[in-house]
Amino acid sequence: MFAYFVRRLLGLLPVLFGVSLLIFTIPRVIGSDPARIMLGERASPESYQRLRTELGLDTPYFLNLKEARTRGIAGLFDAQYPTFVAHAVQGDLGKSIFSRIPVRDSLAHFFPATIELTLVAMFFAVVFGVPLGIVAALNRGTLVDTGFMFLALAGVSFPVFWLGIIMIYLFAVFLGWLPPSGRISPTLIFHSTTGFYLLDAIVQGRWGVLWNLLRHLVMPGIALGTIPLAIIVRMTRSSMLEVLGQDYIRTARAKGVERRAVINKHALRNALLPVITVIGLSFGQLLSGAILTETVFAWPGIGRFVYDAISSRDYPIIQGGVLFIAIMFVLVNMLVDLSYAFIDPRIQYT
Amino acid sequence: MSTASATSRHEDHVEGRSLLQDAARRFRHHPTGILGLAIIVFFVAITILAPVLRPVDPLKINLRDRMLPPTWTMSQQELEQKQLHRWSFPFGTDVQGRDMLVRVLYGGRISLRVGLEAVAMAALVGTILGLIAGFFGGWIDTGIVWFVDILLAFPGILLAIAIVAALGQSLLNALIAISITYVPVYIRIVRSVTLSLRESEYVQAARALGSRSVRIILAHVLPNGLSPLMVQLTLSIGTAILDVAALGFLGLGARPPTPEWGAMISDGFGRFRIAPWLSIVPGIAIFFSVVGFNLLGDAIRDVLDPRLKR
Repeated sequence: MFAYFVRRLLGLLPVLFGVSLLIFTIPRVIGSDPARIMLGERASPESYQRLRTELGLDTPYFLNLKEARTRGIAGLFDAQYPTFVAHAVQGDLGKSIFSRIPVRDSLAHFFPATIELTLVAMFFAVVFGVPLGIVAALNRGTLVDTGFMFLALAGVSFPVFWLGIIMIYLFAVFLGWLPPSGRISPTLIFHSTTGFYLLDAIVQGRWGVLWNLLRHLVMPGIALGTIPLAIIVRMTRSSMLEVLGQDYIRTARAKGVERRAVINKHALRNALLPVITVIGLSFGQLLSGAILTETVFAWPGIGRFVYDAISSRDYPIIQGGVLFIAIMFVLVNMLVDLSYAFIDPRIQYT
Repeated sequence: MSTASATSRHEDHVEGRSLLQDAARRFRHHPTGILGLAIIVFFVAITILAPVLRPVDPLKINLRDRMLPPTWTMSQQELEQKQLHRWSFPFGTDVQGRDMLVRVLYGGRISLRVGLEAVAMAALVGTILGLIAGFFGGWIDTGIVWFVDILLAFPGILLAIAIVAALGQSLLNALIAISITYVPVYIRIVRSVTLSLRESEYVQAARALGSRSVRIILAHVLPNGLSPLMVQLTLSIGTAILDVAALGFLGLGARPPTPEWGAMISDGFGRFRIAPWLSIVPGIAIFFSVVGFNLLGDAIRDVLDPRLKR
């Protein structure tokens, strides 16, 4: 198992290499010039040149053949891409062009908020999705089934950001039940040590704060969770239907096992494997869905952070943020894959 | 979601024309599929006929009638005061007094067209690369699979956002970016079909008879991949429309005065306290058109796969 795990990790290297290459290449191919963006059009040639040297922009992109002649191998890799990768591997993703704050620090700052939102969205999707899928499967062809399937279809057909806007209008503006945006009311004094506000509020026993946090989480959580919810309902239903048609279910029924036990023990356990795959894969998708949801609800997470960087053309943040999300996504997918061995004893990794 | 299940279910059957006739017959008895098709036809028709249905310029500014709610919700008194009649602006007007109904109609031209074009481009490129990878194998295959894995490392719309961020904001760039994100799915589908057929007896027979690779691919391999391709195509158009709207909403697609559904929602977002119809109306248009394509996609999957018919 461990050997397999290591092999899978090594297998990710070519992909991550390609990802970093892509992220590095795109802005350069179209000839965007960070030094020009930072200084503006009217900067003096001297200060422009100084900044280019400081940012390492006057070295070649991939291999520095000129330096290689005098300094050997070390000189050969004195180029932009090798430096970018070497820094990234050490966790250094550069600094924001404007604020000069290291991208890594900002990502670390904003990531907990995104994780919190993603987990809440996933919780919502699973808690409602799996039971609805089961009920639909057990009532196949009835009005209940058709109704749920239509809801599931609607769930993947809404633009998430639109749903968010409608919810804000309805529950925050019109009814005034929930706060329209943000993560916590600005008037509350709350010090978070981990960045995970929910956790901190519970640890510190601040129940009023916890209530406030939950109220802020409801709408973005539902908006972000709609698509995975719809997918989980459909997947659970079809997986249940497939399992219910198996011979061992008929056998169990024939030998007189109670209907409830057949469903819970024989069918559900086997039906959930593909559902878990879908849950795992959606988890990664949520990271990107968060960009839209966080923008609509002014949620201070990574998605919004990267989006703001796009509007201001802050390339180190865009590069670092996209690279970070892609790495997270790839790792989560791998973990989902590996988790099968624990869930399904028939699968053994060697 | 349906991608994975669609590919795995569709790999090894499909027999020429009889299947298509069979599928067409089954489709006629598929109520939700027909509903989906009807919705699509309706949307395509009203967007094409927009200039006839409502001969108003979607960009025409009319400062006298700024931010009017849908006129049928107004009281008789208000209508008289503003010299309007009940159906002057059924969907209201926007900040510049432009007629929302016309803008939604013309918006469909952009959103539907860009969605279709993005998917068509992705399917074309993906099919070609998938055929090449599956048929020739070796280092070409390794390279293409590597490329697919790289693109799939970016979840959802993130890759499109990154590409547009680099290329700059425009509708064309949004189209290209969305198209690129859809390429891997098609490569995977076509490659897996091709791999399974490459060693089949009839392909070997064709090879033994001296057919050239191109002919074998076009005449023997490709037709077998059409069924999973069709399913994937219809289902991706729906999501592509959503992606176009998402980029438009984020300000990475069509530029503001252009009537594009996502950009229109974004335009209304800052004003929904005073003018909620600005974002509600284009959202409903997106919703129904996407539902149309999703219903049709599900139906096509049902009718093309006889094994699902229980």
